[in-house]
Amino acid sequence: MILLLVIGVIFLAAAGCIIRAVLGPTSSDRVVAIDSFSSLMVAALVILGVHYQAVIYLDVALIYALLAFIGTLSISKYLEGKDVGM
Amino acid sequence: MINLISYFLFIIGSFCILTGSLGLIRMPDVYNRLHASTVIVVGGTVSLILGAGLLNGADSYLLKSLAIIFFIFITVPAGSHAISRAAHLRGVELDKSSVVDELEERERSASEW
Repeated sequence: MILLLVIGVIFLAAAGCIIRAVLGPTSSDRVVAIDSFSSLMVAALVILGVHYQAVIYLDVALIYALLAFIGTLSISKYLEGKDVGM
Repeated sequence: MINLISYFLFIIGSFCILTGSLGLIRMPDVYNRLHASTVIVVGGTVSLILGAGLLNGADSYLLKSLAIIFFIFITVPAGSHAISRAAHLRGVELDKSSVVDELEERERSASEW
């Protein structure tokens, strides 16, 4: 029961991130908001995995955190206006 | 007993993500909003994941939760640094109540040489 309550709090905070991502004056604001939104979704996946007693949710959360990190890095390198250096 | 620690971590994490989300809406500036985003990730998400891993004392959850937390602690400073550097290079203005901008001063003194 407390896990579902925590899921509700996470979605409330995610709504704030979505508001900033829609309103944000510059594109850097949107990148910040989407970054924190994806980390909130990682926490929601872990808590759902404990609630449903399924360990595979945690693997999905790990891969999702990896992909969100790569996305944030590539978008910020794109905003710098240079090539993505290897 | 270990569930009490888990509930305590849930309370800390819920408080951190709610205040971080409020700060993400209310802060005036990209750089200040980056501070609020870091509060969400480091204070909130890590506490929630650790609490979920400690709940009911299941070992496989705890090991994978610690792996996710280790990964978050590696990647979050790199991501925040990349975002703020990109914003500064792109020319996003600081808020008017800001006091000091050391990166711009250093670039200006380097261009004077």
